[in-house]
Amino acid sequence: MLSIKNLHASIGDKEILKGINLQVNAGEVHAIMGPNGAGKSTLSAIIAGNENYEVTEGEIFLDGEDLADLAPEERAHKGVFLSFQYPVEIPGVSVTNFMRTAINETRKANGQEEMPANEMLKVIREKSELLEIDRKFLSRSLNEGFSGGEKKRNEIFQMAMLDPKLAILDETDSGLDIDALRIVANGVNKLKSDKNAVIVITHYQRLLDYIVPDFVHVLHNGKIVKSGGAELAHELEEKGYDWIKGEN
Amino acid sequence: MELKEKLLSSFMAFEERIDVHSELHDVRTAAIKNFENKGFPTKKEESWKYTSLNAILKNDFSVFPKTENAIQYSDVKKYFLHEIDTYKVVFVDGVFSSHLSSTTHDGIDVCLMSSALNKPKYKMIIDTYFNKIASKEESLTSLNTAFANEGAYINIPKSKVADKPIEIMYFSTGSETAILVQPRNLVIVGENSHVQIIERHQSLNENPVLTNSVTEIFAQKRAIVDYYKIQNDNLEANLIDNTYVSQKQESHVSVHTFSFGGNLTRNNLNFYHFGERLTSTLNGITIIGESQHVDHYTLVNHATPNCESFQDYKGIFTDRSTGVFNGKVYVEREAQKTNAFQKSNNILLSDKATINAKPQLEIFADDVKCSHGCTIGQLDETAMFYMQQRGIPKKEAKALLMYAFSNAVIENIKIPELKQRITTIIANKLGVKIGFDL
Repeated sequence: MLSIKNLHASIGDKEILKGINLQVNAGEVHAIMGPNGAGKSTLSAIIAGNENYEVTEGEIFLDGEDLADLAPEERAHKGVFLSFQYPVEIPGVSVTNFMRTAINETRKANGQEEMPANEMLKVIREKSELLEIDRKFLSRSLNEGFSGGEKKRNEIFQMAMLDPKLAILDETDSGLDIDALRIVANGVNKLKSDKNAVIVITHYQRLLDYIVPDFVHVLHNGKIVKSGGAELAHELEEKGYDWIKGEN
Repeated sequence: MELKEKLLSSFMAFEERIDVHSELHDVRTAAIKNFENKGFPTKKEESWKYTSLNAILKNDFSVFPKTENAIQYSDVKKYFLHEIDTYKVVFVDGVFSSHLSSTTHDGIDVCLMSSALNKPKYKMIIDTYFNKIASKEESLTSLNTAFANEGAYINIPKSKVADKPIEIMYFSTGSETAILVQPRNLVIVGENSHVQIIERHQSLNENPVLTNSVTEIFAQKRAIVDYYKIQNDNLEANLIDNTYVSQKQESHVSVHTFSFGGNLTRNNLNFYHFGERLTSTLNGITIIGESQHVDHYTLVNHATPNCESFQDYKGIFTDRSTGVFNGKVYVEREAQKTNAFQKSNNILLSDKATINAKPQLEIFADDVKCSHGCTIGQLDETAMFYMQQRGIPKKEAKALLMYAFSNAVIENIKIPELKQRITTIIANKLGVKIGFDL
């Protein structure tokens, strides 16, 4: 599904990614771990099309299509979803209205009719229950005054609504207490299927107890320095990132 | 002939049509003298530093439009808040249009300035209020006073709630090449009374218009006045709005100014306090482009203790448009425990757009809370990326952000249908149609 080849990227003069290779297939969960400053968030931003970063070398393919020339919204329309580490507040635009706009713009781009209002309500009800979100919450301005946990839960709610092909969760566990973590992870697990894929970006192993990855990659200094199964996350937790840094 | 000369000789012609033996005539004569001495303001004056009238004054304005042009309601319906029932005081090229209007004398007076100025039964009121809070120094206000003859007269007596909003509408048809109109409004809101007013100036064709409008608002004890100015005129229209507000104790007066259209717009908005524990609110949203110019010049004069004022102006500027925010808060020595807040937030969407923001606080009392904040920024790129990531195209994402940016002011609109109308105008202005009613 996602195929990243020799990806180099920089911001300004600073090279952040120095040759990333990654293959993610449908039905798989990948975790990308690494110390602060390793380039984890940069990688996710670049996959989603953030124009602040410059791809200097290499390619990203989604189902065989080169993403290089696609704007962030075009990538979203093709099924790329990024759960933000710091979701943005949008006063005056309710969660429901924001979702309605996002879904209908996506449908429009894919040549579909707008989603009928009653169907929209049904989906909203279903997905908000899945994430244990109070209905009142949905009429509040997007992310405005939300707690850290509410923001993250809202991100996963949006993921559920948009039903992406590839979901990238950037530090979704940060700022979550244990109950919220369980709800969020449970939501992600229920959304998982053999048709979609999830990339979990995290500093800690904690979230991976709930969302069990098929593959774990360790990113350090702009490169994937180690890949393995779920057990690699535990090993990292035990030995710390110095272990990786020492080896490389 | 220069416009100033033309106006001075027009005044003599005007005198032939009016009663020159009344006290009102003394007021007019003093006003024209002040205008004659001072002339039109120029950029040399500090308060007009960023706004030049030169180009506009070159037009050969007709001062007394000749005939009332017949306008059908169906042609202009869209400019009214037609979703709800309202009182309407409508003028076409400065002349009252009875068939477009819906006035009343039933419990409240919603009618014509010309009647109030000329009929004996209003004399006491006119003597008490007319030109009492409007500046006698400011030359454009004087120019208006000199020719003051027509406009809206609204008088809500004690303990009355106007049962529906009042729309004051000025259409210009410009059947003459270029016209100058000088409406004069007087609004008196009695003790414990409440009124909502919407004022709009709309030009119906492409001929140049200069409107030099003066509005005096008197809010008595505990009166509540919500005043909305919709400025969405075409690009040949110029507006100088001079509004003067006099407030007594515990009154609440809010003036909301929505500046989206017009070539040049200058809003002189002045609040004067004559009682304690009163609240003044000045809100504005400005969204302009091309070479439009909007200048907000505000004054809140805190003269009495325990009063509050809130100013919140949002501006979005594209293309080569220019904006000015000059907000003056004056706190006199007696005005202890004043709370005065002022905010001017601006977004520049193009390299060629400019905003001059100048807060002025002059505080002579020692126990006050005053703050001001001016920000000038660009579009929040992170927020743009966030929305695009959710599949919302750039243009729509931008519109949503603009809407979010102005939201605090929009939320303050007390008439739901008007709120809807303003958001629709904003969406049109931003050129988007999104999945819900913006």
